[in-house]
Amino acid sequence: MTPERPLLHSPQIEAKFSPLLQSCSGKGFSVRDKDLSLLHIGDSGDSDVTSITEQFHSADSHFFDQIVLECSPQESSHLVSWNAMERQQIPSSLEISSSVEGLEKGSKSHRIRHKSVQFDDLFPSEDNTRLIYINDPRKTNEKYEFSGNEIRTSKYTFITFLPKNLFIQFHRVAYLYFLAIAGLNQLPPLAVFGRTVSLFPLLFVLCVTAMKDGYEDWRRHRSDRNENSRDAQVYQFGQFRIKKWKNIHAGEVVKIFCDETIPCDMVLLGTSDPNGVAFVQTMNLDGESNLKTRYARLETTPMCAEVGSYSGIIRCEQPNKNIYEFTANMEYNGHKISLGPSNIILRGCQVKNTTWIIGVVVYAGQETKAMLNSAISPSKRSKLESYMNRETLWLSIFLFAMCAVVALGMGLWLKDHEPQLDSLPYYRRRYITNGRENGKYFKFYGIPMEIFFSFLSSVIVFQIMIPISLYITMELVRLGQSYFMIEDAQMYDGNSGSRFQCRSLNINEDLGQIRYIFSDKTGTLTENKMEFQRASVYGRDYGTSLKGTGNLMMGERSSDVLRHKKWKLKSEINLDTELVELLHGDVPGMERTAAREFFLTLAACNTVIPITSSLSSNSVDLACDEDVSIEYQGESPDEQALVAAASAYGFTLIERTTGHIVIDVNGEMLRLDVLGLHEFDSVRKRMSVVIRFPDNAIKVLVKGADTSVLSILNHQIDNGSCETESARIKNMTENHLNNYSLQGLRTLVVAARDLSGAELEEWQAKYEEASTSLTERANKLRQAAALIECQLNLLGATGIEDKLQEGVPETIESLRQAGIKVWVLTGDKQETAISIALSCRLLTDDMHQIIINGTSEEDCRLLLANAKAKHGVKPLIYTEGSKKLKEGEFIGSMEKVVGSGNPSLALIIDGNSLVYILEKELEPDLFELATSCRVVLCCRVAPLQKAGIVDLIKSRSNDMTLAIGDGANDVSMIQMADVGVGICGQEGRQAVMASDFAMGQFRFLKRLLLVHGHWNYQRVGYLVLYNFYRNAVFVLMLFWYILQTAFSTTSALTDWSSVFYSVIYTSVPTIVVGILDKDLSHKTLLLYPKLYCSGHRHESYNLHLFWITMLDTLWQSLVLFYVPFFAYRYSTIDIWSLGSLWTIAVVVLVNIHLAMDIRRWVLITHLATWGSIVVACLCMVALDSIPSFPNYWTIYHLISSRTYWLAILLITVLALLPRFACKVIWQTFWPSDIQIAREAAIMGKFPNSFGLKLEQDVR
Amino acid sequence: MIPALRRPGLLRDQPTGRLQRDENKLVSDSRFTQQELPACKPILTPQWVISLFTLVGIIFIPIGVASLLASNDVVEIVDRYETACVPPSMINDKVGYIQNPAISKTCSRMLKVPKDMDKPVYVYYQLDNFYQNHRRYVKSRNDKQLRDASKAYETSGCDPEKAAADGTPIVPCGLIAWSLFNDTYSFTHGNGESLTVNKKDISWKSDRDHKFGYDVYPKNFQSGALRGGGTLDPKKPLSKQEDLIVWMRTAALPTFRKLYGRIEVDLKKNEIITVMLENNYNTYSFGGKKKLVLSTSTWLGGKNNFLGIAYLSVGGLCFFLATAFSVVHLVQPRELGDPSLLSWNTNSGTH
Repeated sequence: MTPERPLLHSPQIEAKFSPLLQSCSGKGFSVRDKDLSLLHIGDSGDSDVTSITEQFHSADSHFFDQIVLECSPQESSHLVSWNAMERQQIPSSLEISSSVEGLEKGSKSHRIRHKSVQFDDLFPSEDNTRLIYINDPRKTNEKYEFSGNEIRTSKYTFITFLPKNLFIQFHRVAYLYFLAIAGLNQLPPLAVFGRTVSLFPLLFVLCVTAMKDGYEDWRRHRSDRNENSRDAQVYQFGQFRIKKWKNIHAGEVVKIFCDETIPCDMVLLGTSDPNGVAFVQTMNLDGESNLKTRYARLETTPMCAEVGSYSGIIRCEQPNKNIYEFTANMEYNGHKISLGPSNIILRGCQVKNTTWIIGVVVYAGQETKAMLNSAISPSKRSKLESYMNRETLWLSIFLFAMCAVVALGMGLWLKDHEPQLDSLPYYRRRYITNGRENGKYFKFYGIPMEIFFSFLSSVIVFQIMIPISLYITMELVRLGQSYFMIEDAQMYDGNSGSRFQCRSLNINEDLGQIRYIFSDKTGTLTENKMEFQRASVYGRDYGTSLKGTGNLMMGERSSDVLRHKKWKLKSEINLDTELVELLHGDVPGMERTAAREFFLTLAACNTVIPITSSLSSNSVDLACDEDVSIEYQGESPDEQALVAAASAYGFTLIERTTGHIVIDVNGEMLRLDVLGLHEFDSVRKRMSVVIRFPDNAIKVLVKGADTSVLSILNHQIDNGSCETESARIKNMTENHLNNYSLQGLRTLVVAARDLSGAELEEWQAKYEEASTSLTERANKLRQAAALIECQLNLLGATGIEDKLQEGVPETIESLRQAGIKVWVLTGDKQETAISIALSCRLLTDDMHQIIINGTSEEDCRLLLANAKAKHGVKPLIYTEGSKKLKEGEFIGSMEKVVGSGNPSLALIIDGNSLVYILEKELEPDLFELATSCRVVLCCRVAPLQKAGIVDLIKSRSNDMTLAIGDGANDVSMIQMADVGVGICGQEGRQAVMASDFAMGQFRFLKRLLLVHGHWNYQRVGYLVLYNFYRNAVFVLMLFWYILQTAFSTTSALTDWSSVFYSVIYTSVPTIVVGILDKDLSHKTLLLYPKLYCSGHRHESYNLHLFWITMLDTLWQSLVLFYVPFFAYRYSTIDIWSLGSLWTIAVVVLVNIHLAMDIRRWVLITHLATWGSIVVACLCMVALDSIPSFPNYWTIYHLISSRTYWLAILLITVLALLPRFACKVIWQTFWPSDIQIAREAAIMGKFPNSFGLKLEQDVR
Repeated sequence: MIPALRRPGLLRDQPTGRLQRDENKLVSDSRFTQQELPACKPILTPQWVISLFTLVGIIFIPIGVASLLASNDVVEIVDRYETACVPPSMINDKVGYIQNPAISKTCSRMLKVPKDMDKPVYVYYQLDNFYQNHRRYVKSRNDKQLRDASKAYETSGCDPEKAAADGTPIVPCGLIAWSLFNDTYSFTHGNGESLTVNKKDISWKSDRDHKFGYDVYPKNFQSGALRGGGTLDPKKPLSKQEDLIVWMRTAALPTFRKLYGRIEVDLKKNEIITVMLENNYNTYSFGGKKKLVLSTSTWLGGKNNFLGIAYLSVGGLCFFLATAFSVVHLVQPRELGDPSLLSWNTNSGTH
């Protein structure tokens, strides 16, 4: 039996399991009755328990003797084929994650293979099969050199560091720009800056990055070394000897003890458990903390008993990164044994609860699945950044224009002065010294070339017009913002101990502009902690009267039952007394039989592993222990809930191995041989198990989604009574199912049937073939399943409750007020989805519900058109050609709720309709309809459809989307949306791994968006504009000066000042403000969610603001240039003094400009802003104290000049005056929401009493 | 058998609602990490705005008045002489005139002192349209050579004026030095008594001490066929050649003045001063103007009304803005933080 559950076996899908019942063949039931009566005889007294256990024990060993010793090939493969679970056709999350757009392609085409090996096509050919000779590493590695187990996560070695690091760094456009500029500057005619100085910015950035990379790599080297030098017991020279991890090779046999970590991917050969069971914890791999079972094939276990007899050949696929899949077979003793994902244990896992395991290495080192999976998900780019790039284009145009003006001016000037060029004292065209060169041109290449060179050198001078440093600044700022998001105590989930995670550093500011939230339901809105609530057994509804576990209402029988209940469960289940009576009462009959079978199915038909917490290692002995607590480990919370429920009703699953399961039925041990198990898959939407009872009766037990199971029930009409009875049960069960769904319960249908000998044989043959086949295994298995999953007898249905997470309704309400539309995409049934939506206040009673349940394209078209017509949805882009469809008579599923005033709309659509809509040209209709609705609920959607819906919005509007989910089925949607948020929940970490942000609870979303999103957006928006301004004002100032130097690209500023300007003098305050500035406190933001809309209106960054900023920049640069120009027009001022003045003036101006916009002054902000000015002055003093510089001592002369100080004061005030005045006028006449809220908050106009209410709200 | 998962978490303390943690705290609760540091959050209240504008006005207007007064105190005599000094016969061939060494360049100018000029009276020459800030020009020097006698061969950057015909370096090399201004002025009172012009300490002390070597002597200077300007006394070290030092502090703008010397006596109003000048420097080839400037100095430097006017205007503007905002505030006051102005309150019905 496999502990593995398909990835997509998420509760949503599972909820679609449904009952089926074959109208019982009388014979089957009589046999079954005998079974039970037999058991009852054994059950007659408590004292008998031990003996029964012993019986079991002996039966056990006998059974195994049989298999192990006699082991007819056929039988063994029946047993082993348990392990051959294969789900090739189910796109695993890994596949989804990397090929979301593979929607339309066949499922096969979007599987990811290492080195693009297409498994299905290539596996049969020898070239792509990996041959592992067990215990013969030399032969294994003879033909192909498989990688050793040494891992290298480090990127560089000592020698390759420099070239490789540089190569990687220069993948950034920014660095190439730097390099190109620096390169231009090296050309003799263009050397504007000193050669070394021009390299400084580039070298600085490169060095810092290289140092960071180097340090990180050194740490990786160190951890690699630690990892590689760990020890493991490897079989060599006839015994297990200690070997370092890095020396392990494929083909070697390794022994691992309890709590040790697995060094490489190994196929299990044997374990300390006689059945070959091993428990592993895969925390390091997928983050799931529950134990998983792995199995050694029973055929191979004898190998381990006899040391040294390891032999055989494993044929396996090439290494790939899918940790949920493994296909191989093994040739051993002439048998061909199939191996599946449950036979392999992967590097990084830990052995638990198992004394030792022995396995053969199949993939080592870099080829292990853990290593192949260590890549990070592709990064996204924020919307603001793409706008920023648009504006950068404008800046490039300005740059080009300025350079063109300079070049043109140069050309005209040269043309004008051409006759004088040889006599101008300040421009000598020719050499004037005597000698060889006399009369030749000196650095003069003709007017056209001079124009060209002039253009290029002005590019060098004006280079910082393109704010390349902005990208680096933004990275730092986002890093800081992430730090504060991570550290936010109010986004820390105390229950699970998980704090907020920023997995992507590029999209912090997108959080402030989200328009649409696409939320998963289970585990995101709800807790994903399942509780068994209701059961419908044989057409009767139970669970309505189930309050309390006390014995108060229970009859004699029930207390009798409780006495037998010696298994202690972690969770308490509320029992329905009636059902208990029925189960344990004396009244025989169909109903009781069905009820028993119902719980038997719940206990048997699953992949849950019971873990008994007793010191005894042999689980079978546990039966004698009176006080044993049992824990169910499984990957599906639904299954755990069901098994726990079965246990509460007296059917306790206590042991599960490859070949059998043991169920304690009211104290009696019932041992069932498991002949085969068809795991859940998303196509069949059900799972089934074939078991053989001790009396050799064979049964198929099935549970699954209602649609899937109800369609394969037994419709055969054997006789009149049976027909009416089964029909009645079916009807009743369907009623109950609807009822459960309406209450928001997740439903599953349970069914069973007897299998005749002939059917069994046919199925066994097929099953065996399918499970050992290497190609299309999933398909073949599905065909085998179809043989037995038919003609089922409906037993009943279950209703499981999934509780809402704390604070969900409040969060949704806040988000809605903030102008964010919340869409719920769930795999659940429509009724369940609606009821959950109602309980989390997503849907309200006064909403018009538009329900679209189309079964064909025409149907959907009709429904959409009607809905649109009815609610006056105006076509946005798309106008439908054929208006006749509107004539159609459709009111059907449209439910009109008469509300007051102008009720808002809610759209409810199911996966089926989406199939027709998303793939056809109906998309625009859906888009128009959906966007005019306040709420959209999508039920029964497949993972890729979730991505499709996100794409619907993303591709048709400019609005920002956020997807939030916790399961592997949300991965596609998380990666498709602009922002993906993962919930660290019960369903593993697939979603978290794919997400950009991860957190513990849905309610943190409110704080994430409303508070941090708002802040980040404000900060980054301002940061970008300010950086544009900061660089442009400097460049323009240089430009005006160049117009006064006969267009000769002279810079009055020293080279160092130019370089330091953006690196040292002005960078720190921008970063500090970008991280720390806050316009509004979190309290205000949470109290008034509508303030979030400023992000929707692009208030912090838009083209309008850009142009205003540029106008302001123009004015400021003119002031900067012309105030000193006029003040010193006829004076003795020299170029370096004026340069000094400009440097100081621009630094002061730019920093005060920033100070004017800072909204929250903390000590650090003061230090950064004023500190920058001080540092700039100190740098000037330092630079002017070096005698070899031409600017030596200028600053000391200037300090004593009053004109200098007056000029700086005048520049600062005059440059900022328009900005300040405009700001005041704007704030007086057109105050923004944020400003009003800010004033209100600061002046204490908000009621003080909100404090307490908020605390509750926030947490 | 199952390892118990330790889950550090937040425990909520009910009465206060504050967060408490166990030892395994993952998130620190400091005011810094929670972004709750004590902060000053300024808002632009009308009072603030009005007083700020008033303050700027109060500061700027006195400064403006003082600057204007200072500027008006300065007595400045400007005499443009480059055309006037050309003999009338040569007026159509100025370049020929200036390039002909046979023609005497001596020229006499009479200057009338408009007001009393207190000592020291600074003597400047002003050149127009001379791009001392041209990139080719600015770079054409070598500071190492100027400072250090042993580095005479350091002539990089000095092209096209770096070595004599025999290959020995020119000291000081480069276009700047080569084009040294060489007009000379001598002043006499109206009564014939000569006025001494003090040419000491007209350059920056820092330049004399550290940029121009006391042991570096001019070599091969102006030895080429084409003379660019003044010559230097090869006996005097560069640190003593103050005219050169002044000239080599290249001007920032195409019109500039350079200090020629100081007259250290007071000049009386209506006094006539005769200037005997040697009109040697060739500005005719590029149409540059030459002016002789005599000027006194105040705390603010020379004559320049710009700062005063600018300060007065800005101060006035600020007063005006202060008044305007006061009026607005009085006539149509806006309540700060008035919730009724919030966008969702003003246009209700839209989301």
